[in-house]
Amino acid sequence: MKELSLNILDIAQNSVKAKADKIDITIEETDETMLISVEDNGCGMTADFLESVTNPFTTTRTTRSVGLGIPLLQLAAAQTGGSVEITSRHKSEYPDNHGTRTSALFYKNHIDFTPLGDIASTVVTLIQGQPGIEWNFLHSKGDKKVELHTEEMKEKLGDVPLDNFEVITWIGEYLREQYDELS
Amino acid sequence: MKSLAELAAIKEKMQNKVVMREGTGDLRVVVGMATCGIAAGARPVLNAFVEAVNAENLADKVTVTQTGCIGICQYEPVVEIFEAGKDKVTYVKMNAEKAKEVVEKHLKGGQPISEYTYKDEV
Repeated sequence: MKELSLNILDIAQNSVKAKADKIDITIEETDETMLISVEDNGCGMTADFLESVTNPFTTTRTTRSVGLGIPLLQLAAAQTGGSVEITSRHKSEYPDNHGTRTSALFYKNHIDFTPLGDIASTVVTLIQGQPGIEWNFLHSKGDKKVELHTEEMKEKLGDVPLDNFEVITWIGEYLREQYDELS
Repeated sequence: MKSLAELAAIKEKMQNKVVMREGTGDLRVVVGMATCGIAAGARPVLNAFVEAVNAENLADKVTVTQTGCIGICQYEPVVEIFEAGKDKVTYVKMNAEKAKEVVEKHLKGGQPISEYTYKDEV
């Protein structure tokens, strides 16, 4: 992947597929590190599946038997000296608080650090594809932050759907404007 | 500076529109957004479709949606167009420019661009 924002888009699709109705994407930055996490309340993974999930020959896709989403994220993190951590609670064992959290730590000053890239486009794409999900996006860097919460938006929008074109356009502009302030 | 309050204005504007329903389902654009598609550049393709469909005022009859792996990863980004009563058209190796062209010639003009479609022997 050319940008970490594409890895985030890809990892969040796993949460969508796990039938989550709430997905939190959090990016915490310091001068040296970037910690990206995607947390959902989807069906979760069993201990067996969780153990095998970093293996490229583990996949939920039905069109072929190779899944590269998690291995690609791991590669991107490991090549900076960082790592990926996945914790999951499967609904069979945790009927009331199931879900998965995938977090990846990157060392930003490493020469092999992949830039975050166009994260606003990733958020726009996710909401356009899954307007029914509650999305919470937060990127913090010191005391500055960029954020978007779809529940707050829905309060203002009433029955206008999140994937309405004007709303989607607004989301992109709203995030990009906050990023201009951040940099 | 943009604020959440602007969303209330969008809501008001939408309520004044006679047709509020998005896409009647006559035409469906489906973009493959699995790992293979994303790595090959599906994100800008999807966004180009969303923008061009609206720019051409086709939102009433065209729906743009996302799906997982379509199964021909080597041809990603892959886009399928479904139209009631017609055969599915599969576009391969797409980019934002081609997406705009498909909206104009195929979705608006009714003429699929065979040059960009999937052929088994490719």
